[in-house]
Amino acid sequence: MHRVTDSQIFRAVSDATHKALEIAQIRLPEDVTAALHAAYAAERDPVARAELSAILDNIALAGETGKPICQDTGVPVVFITLPPGIPLTTAIEEGVRDGVARATMSVPLRPNVVSPLTRDNSGNNCGERMPAVHISPGATFTLTVLPKGAGSENVSRIAMLLPSQSDDVRRFVVETALEAGGRPCPPIILGVGIGGTFDQSALLAKEALLEPIDTMDEFEQQICDDVNRLGIGPMGLGGATTCLAVKVKRAGCHTASLPVAVNIQCWAARRATVEVVL
Amino acid sequence: MTTHLTTPLGDEVLDLQAGDRVTLTGIVYTARDEAHLRMQEEGFPFDPKGAAVYHCGPVIGENCVVAAGPTTSARMNTLTGFLLDAGVRALIGKGGMNDEVLGLLEGRAVYLAFTGGCAALAASRMKVRGVWFEDLGMPEAVWALELDHLPLTVGMDAHGHNLFGDVAQRAQAEFVRMFPK
Repeated sequence: MHRVTDSQIFRAVSDATHKALEIAQIRLPEDVTAALHAAYAAERDPVARAELSAILDNIALAGETGKPICQDTGVPVVFITLPPGIPLTTAIEEGVRDGVARATMSVPLRPNVVSPLTRDNSGNNCGERMPAVHISPGATFTLTVLPKGAGSENVSRIAMLLPSQSDDVRRFVVETALEAGGRPCPPIILGVGIGGTFDQSALLAKEALLEPIDTMDEFEQQICDDVNRLGIGPMGLGGATTCLAVKVKRAGCHTASLPVAVNIQCWAARRATVEVVL
Repeated sequence: MTTHLTTPLGDEVLDLQAGDRVTLTGIVYTARDEAHLRMQEEGFPFDPKGAAVYHCGPVIGENCVVAAGPTTSARMNTLTGFLLDAGVRALIGKGGMNDEVLGLLEGRAVYLAFTGGCAALAASRMKVRGVWFEDLGMPEAVWALELDHLPLTVGMDAHGHNLFGDVAQRAQAEFVRMFPK
């Protein structure tokens, strides 16, 4: 087998990033669109129905016109699986940055990434250590983008609960949705990370948002039902549909610790996975 | 039932109730924080009587609307009184506004909610008709946008009803019932 060169990896990753962002910004994943259609069919509140109807019209129009679904095109969070034989080199991260910069011009994306304190805008959605790139081993070379808008990201929360408070996990997640109210553009999806360390729980919560939302286990369904009982509804205007799904990921943790992270996702739950072709 | 409104707006907005659905046709003027401050200092570049002010920082392409979803209205809570005093009849945005604004709306104007994130829908129902204060930058400038039946919800009416506030209160009460402590 020929050795794969850094420049081949750079080009392939850049192309995959560009392509994934283009798909993600214009077309919602089918499971998300299906959940929104199901919510519209089940909703009885006339205001909530009208809001969901506007959202569904918007999704259809974005697809027809090739325009971004939302004006907040977010910041790209990138997940890569790396099969055996592909070297983990800086070409991967550089390829992502190149793909993001190209997509910023071509899709186009709103330039959202700024320096954290000076607030200088890089103009290309890249910055120091941005976009975030998470790499894990896998059977195939794939790249997934999750463009994350700030409205929902800003109301996400993390808690270091006491180990004796395991019953409080559900309360904390529901409380996070209550505090967020209409601000994250509901109906929302909740990514929940339980356990690990402080940093790990936040990553688990983000990874949970990559999961398809057409199935939930009993624990996830219970929290989802609790959040919907709040009656916040689409855009905080009331209704039965506050939360489309809850997805939970767990990790082992220190006997003296119980981190819980809740990453909130707006209805525009954009994600796309493409194969990196070498 | 949907009420069709056309700018400039008059006393018909007084008939609206929180929760009603409306469509809005005609010119609206975008304004965020900076534009509010500028208009307070220098006066209105447009006739405020019967006008609709849209809390929005749009992305404008070659004389067309690329994206013009609503921004969070609460940021403009303290900057709203002079608009209503000058005859503005409708504020448009997302998330609602505070009790002070609710009081100011009474007997004269309404707050209309546009669905957050609906960029493609906005672009399909809006045309660019003019711009002022361009030196503030694209999102902060005042853009005159012509709407074609933009679907909106009456979030706050002229009779002191605030749908956002009611929903938040009920949610809080339900939370306490679920997790008493």
